[in-house]
Amino acid sequence: MKILVPVKRVVDYNVKVRVKSDGSGIETAGVKMSMNPFDEIAVEEAVRLKEKGVATEIVAVSMGVTQCSETIRTALAMGADRGILVESDVELQPLAVAKLLKVIADKEQPKLIILGKQAIDDDMSATGQMLAAFLGWPQGTFASKVLIEGDKITVTREVDGGLETVELSLPAIVTTDLRLNEPRYASLPNIMKARKKPIENLKPADLGVDPAPRLTVLKVNEPPKRQAGKKVASVAELVDKLRNEAKVI
Amino acid sequence: MAASDTAQTTEQERLILDSVARFLDRDVKPHVHALERDDIYPEEIVERMKELGLFGAVIRPEYGGLGLSCSTYAKIVERVSTVWMSLSGIFNSHLIMASAVQRFGTEAQRREFLPRFASGAMRGGLALTEPDCGTDLQAIRTVARREGDRYVIDGVKTWISNGIHGQCFALLVKTDPSIQPRHRGMSLFLAEKGPGFTVSRKLEKLGYKGIDSAELVFDNYVIPADRLIGGQEGRGLQHALGGLELGRINVAARGVGVSQAALNEAVSYSQLRKTFGKPICQHQAIQIKLADMATQVQAARLLVENAARAYDSGERCDMEAGMAKLFATEAAVNVSLESMRIHGGYGYSKEFTVERLYRDAPLLVIGEGTNELQRIIIARHLIERNPV
Ligand SMILES: Cc1cc2nc3c(=O)[nH]c(=O)nc-3n(C[C@H](O)[C@H](O)[C@H](O)COP(=O)(O)OP(=O)(O)OC[C@H]3O[C@@H](n4cnc5c(N)ncnc54)[C@H](O)[C@@H]3O)c2cc1C
Repeated sequence: MKILVPVKRVVDYNVKVRVKSDGSGIETAGVKMSMNPFDEIAVEEAVRLKEKGVATEIVAVSMGVTQCSETIRTALAMGADRGILVESDVELQPLAVAKLLKVIADKEQPKLIILGKQAIDDDMSATGQMLAAFLGWPQGTFASKVLIEGDKITVTREVDGGLETVELSLPAIVTTDLRLNEPRYASLPNIMKARKKPIENLKPADLGVDPAPRLTVLKVNEPPKRQAGKKVASVAELVDKLRNEAKVI
Repeated sequence: MAASDTAQTTEQERLILDSVARFLDRDVKPHVHALERDDIYPEEIVERMKELGLFGAVIRPEYGGLGLSCSTYAKIVERVSTVWMSLSGIFNSHLIMASAVQRFGTEAQRREFLPRFASGAMRGGLALTEPDCGTDLQAIRTVARREGDRYVIDGVKTWISNGIHGQCFALLVKTDPSIQPRHRGMSLFLAEKGPGFTVSRKLEKLGYKGIDSAELVFDNYVIPADRLIGGQEGRGLQHALGGLELGRINVAARGVGVSQAALNEAVSYSQLRKTFGKPICQHQAIQIKLADMATQVQAARLLVENAARAYDSGERCDMEAGMAKLFATEAAVNVSLESMRIHGGYGYSKEFTVERLYRDAPLLVIGEGTNELQRIIIARHLIERNPV
């Protein structure tokens, strides 16, 4: 069974992002970039399925600037077998990515596509769902547990009220939630070996897709600054402030 | 081709440092405080270090290692030391032993030992220092007597890092105690623990806890002659000192890590602590400290990078390595003290990281050649390279 895992290059989760002074976006110059954490969970799940003998090949796909090859290389070091880079200088939004992935899936014919439930940069949570629609495949989103038996996949989903279990027939789309697994960090020997694994280079035009953005960002704002806390001398004062200042009771 | 090779190498280095950072975050940081407080050998962390591949960092791929450049290796050491310097000691002196075999050993020795060193299945260190001498290594008294196809070794080594948990040591001895010049009677052996080779005690230290420093006793210790590194007597000092360039860059990189950690602590504490109505980072006296500390850390890092580059290009780099070692380790001592002062009373508390950094730093000015000795080396090369 072949698994396709799309991986996105995003600002590292440890970076304190700063908004550009003109509000057009966030500062990315000189900022550390890494694989989207939910995508790491996706790669990990695919690698575990391969280690269990369920999967035979893992293909990691990344889209965007040239440096996305590094994100693919990270997936290869974690255990993916080969990579596909779709290079584009145009900003790729979920719709374009889903269209590109649809064409790649048609070509590669994977049995399973595992994506992160969202990317931590734009938090759109849309690509997996759109891709499922384009392919006409069933989807198990926000997965906290995945079990494959024959041609069926059982996905435990984290939904507002608790856990929901769905059974899908393969091929299918799964998007990962935080609790699905704890992704490994690549060992140094595996990083060295990943150097020899192949990465195929494509352009959106090669896949017959127009990647032009359909959404325009009007403005990006800093979240409001947190106010300093206040100290109170007594419970009575606390209750008074909660009632009259904060107006929460 | 060359350009894309470099691009690949920097990409690879970033991936490596990223994995190291994750290892430190996940498997080291949560445990440092307790392990260091109780001086406990970090067995589980060592298992993770094996999996990560650190014990083979500079061993060549044909012998099962990663064959990393000294530049990349120095950055790994820096990162590790930023979190806990003791961990770097567990693979640093191990790799200096391995480098001695790689550079000066016979092909049979390389094939027999390096793969086991690289996997971490067999670990160890360097046994040079004795109770009566460290800087003046030619005065050592451990002696190996040849008897047929074996040697019998008697003597005592002290301060040996990894002495308790290691299994194999590059052991400096005299094979001819009377010859002049004295170094012609010195040889380096690859000594595995066995009958006649015992650990007499674990040494208690100011800092650098967790890693074991021990006294090793050799009493009628019999070793096959084919464990003489390189197979020829009289080359021991040269072989031991040959590894010290790498060792010095190593220790210098630790200095960068420790001072960076001390700076980080100071930068965050000084924004949180308020006196006279403002965060202390807004008082000029503290600003001057922070600026000097940050400048020293960066200068130390550049000296280490410079020395590592020289090492990688195959040039002689005793002077560069010496300068890096001298400056970066003095920076560690100074910056950790300044950081402690910025912390006020809390800096003296065992509950704050800076207290450990302050205890760890002084080892760096002593080990791998004292800084007094580094100055002698730097001056000697300075004169040698600039004759009138
Ligand atoms: C925690 C720790 C771990 C260690 N790990 C190891 C290890 O794994 N393997 C190992 O072999 N050793 C190890 N050492 C030993 C270390 O390398 C020595 O302590 C160091 O080389 C200094 O030697 P010494 O202690 O004999 O000091 P000495 O040589 O006695 O020096 C005493 C003082 O005299 C100065 N001095 C000496 N000669 C001169 C000179 N010619 N001119 C001016 N000043 C001079 C020195 O700089 C120093 O200030 C370790 C030490 C420590 C503390």
